[in-house]
Amino acid sequence: MVNAALDLAATDGQTVSRPAPETSPLAVRGLTVSYGEKPAIFSVDATFPANAMAAIIGPNGAGKSTLLKAALGVIPRLSGEVAVFGKPVESARDRIAYVPQRASVDWDFPTTVIDVVMMGLYRRVGLLGRLTQSLHAQAQECLDRVGMADFTHRQIGQLSGGQQQRVFLARALAQDADLYLLDEPFAGVDAATERAIIDVLKSLKAAGKALISVHHDLATVTDYFDHVFLINVRKIAEGPVQTTFTGENLNAAYGGRLAATHIDQLQLAAGA
Amino acid sequence: MTSFVDALLLNAGYNAALVGIGAALLGFAAGASGTFLFLRKRALVSDAIAHATLPGVGLAFIVMVMLGGDGRNLLGLLAGSAITAWIGLLIVEWMARRTRLSEDAAIGAVLSVFFGAGIVLLTVIQTMSAGRQAGLESFLLGSTAGMLFQDAVIIAIGGTLAVLATWALRRPMTLVAFDPEYAAASGYDVRLIDLAMMGLVMAVTVIGLKVVGLILIVAMLIIPPVTARFWTERSNNLIWYAGILGAVSGYIGAAISAAAPAVPTGPIIVLVAAALFLFALLFAPARGVAAAVIRHRRFQKRVHRRQGLLALARSEPILDDLTLKVLRAEGLIRPDGVATDAGRAAAAKIARDEHRWDTAREMHQDAGLTGRYDGLTPIEQVFTPDEIAEFDRRIGGPKPVEGPG
Repeated sequence: MVNAALDLAATDGQTVSRPAPETSPLAVRGLTVSYGEKPAIFSVDATFPANAMAAIIGPNGAGKSTLLKAALGVIPRLSGEVAVFGKPVESARDRIAYVPQRASVDWDFPTTVIDVVMMGLYRRVGLLGRLTQSLHAQAQECLDRVGMADFTHRQIGQLSGGQQQRVFLARALAQDADLYLLDEPFAGVDAATERAIIDVLKSLKAAGKALISVHHDLATVTDYFDHVFLINVRKIAEGPVQTTFTGENLNAAYGGRLAATHIDQLQLAAGA
Repeated sequence: MTSFVDALLLNAGYNAALVGIGAALLGFAAGASGTFLFLRKRALVSDAIAHATLPGVGLAFIVMVMLGGDGRNLLGLLAGSAITAWIGLLIVEWMARRTRLSEDAAIGAVLSVFFGAGIVLLTVIQTMSAGRQAGLESFLLGSTAGMLFQDAVIIAIGGTLAVLATWALRRPMTLVAFDPEYAAASGYDVRLIDLAMMGLVMAVTVIGLKVVGLILIVAMLIIPPVTARFWTERSNNLIWYAGILGAVSGYIGAAISAAAPAVPTGPIIVLVAAALFLFALLFAPARGVAAAVIRHRRFQKRVHRRQGLLALARSEPILDDLTLKVLRAEGLIRPDGVATDAGRAAAAKIARDEHRWDTAREMHQDAGLTGRYDGLTPIEQVFTPDEIAEFDRRIGGPKPVEGPG
């Protein structure tokens, strides 16, 4: 039933070619979230492509993070349909890995780096299942992949901001998911960490995974991403970076809050 | 004093031994289940839960008397307290989630209203013919005087179940306490886990009413995890440490109370727990106050040592008293302030390391490595010998520091 609804909606006016909703890792229709009477996002339709890196872009308070959280059910939605790989999100949880904003947790929590990564395995082992040696080895390997192998038993409060972000990414890797949702993974991290993270994300894409990231740095959009989704409470535009990341769309999303000179410096889509 | 030692060694009679073991079990259960309340930063919810038990105690007494039974049946009283505590808990949770009130306001409202209602009920019971000797006031501050074997059994079974449930739910509760958004995104029902966590706390509160009393049970739930936090950086250890600290507090407190029966048990147990907390606050190895002071002093000395040696290397006068003291203590300068041989060697080394660091920063634009340079970390700990040799090659040969005169 969900699929039928999405099929109908998918024929609605968009010229951009995109995969059928069944293969879309994340598709939402009419997603509305409201804190009180003021909608944070209003009636948003989005179809993210498979095996691609997609950026969610928009000004502060535009509902970028809200879109992700509402799609995942982290915050309640007022209305809207969400399909993950063509199924309701509840039955696709095992295929989703979420990387929340670094600032959303208390880093003085009594836990170590490896313990945080092991959290990514909790669902697989269940309430009382044993965290075996091989699971430990898996978690350690995830730390290796983000360049944190030497920090295994460090208390998380002793990490720098970039290292914290890497630990969160390692936890998502431990889940071995097919869809990765990241909330501002590059916010406030050092240049080395940004390189390390983008390398991991690109390797995930090379392995056939889908990635969707809330992103704030317009200068790196063309380098990092294949697909953009522009939002300012309502959807502004979505599509491949080459055709959709245009000055016109950015102006629409940011409502003139971007200086013209700033837009000129971006590597925008040709013909914008 | 001897009666206290007797009680500690379980020699003060059957009843005192029963109370000691019961209080220790309760302390363990309270510390362990309170851990996640503390980690979730919702410690005061337990205060609302505890105060919300009082009307239940009163109502259960009245109902049992009206049904022709013994109003003081402990199981009945505890069942009644559990019902109103659960209602109070749900109201707090609902108000915080559905209204614009924050959780602390909801706690304040529920706590005072339920406690007020409970006091009114107790006053009514005083006027009942069956209520004169009800002794329900002992639920306020705890009393172990009339504790029966079956009371201890209730505490033992309830406490064991609470600890087992805490252990079984430790993963979801850790996840929700650390990162609720991630937990929700992973498909955990955060609200359900929170309710389970607070339900556990409620269960411990109810079984602990008789021993510690409802006003101070919150201390049993919160102080042990707070104390345990000083000793560990891992949440799984925290559960056990808090349990052990709670058990020790309960056991010693009950022993003191057995030696001085006029004093209510609850306050004594709390004071013992607070003493353990104070000790941890001052003397815990990593997070304690004393350790922080010592660390700061050591750091300060290292800074002064470096500063003094650099001054020696540059043949500048040293005027700072602490710097002179540090250098003298290490035998790097003579009492009159002139550098010794060891001092000149150390000065030469530190001056050279300064050059090496300058070179390192030029060669490695990698902030991750050279950023560790605080002027104090020995360069050998950051770079490998071949890297340091490369720096030296660029700087040129070592230059000895000129001696005085």
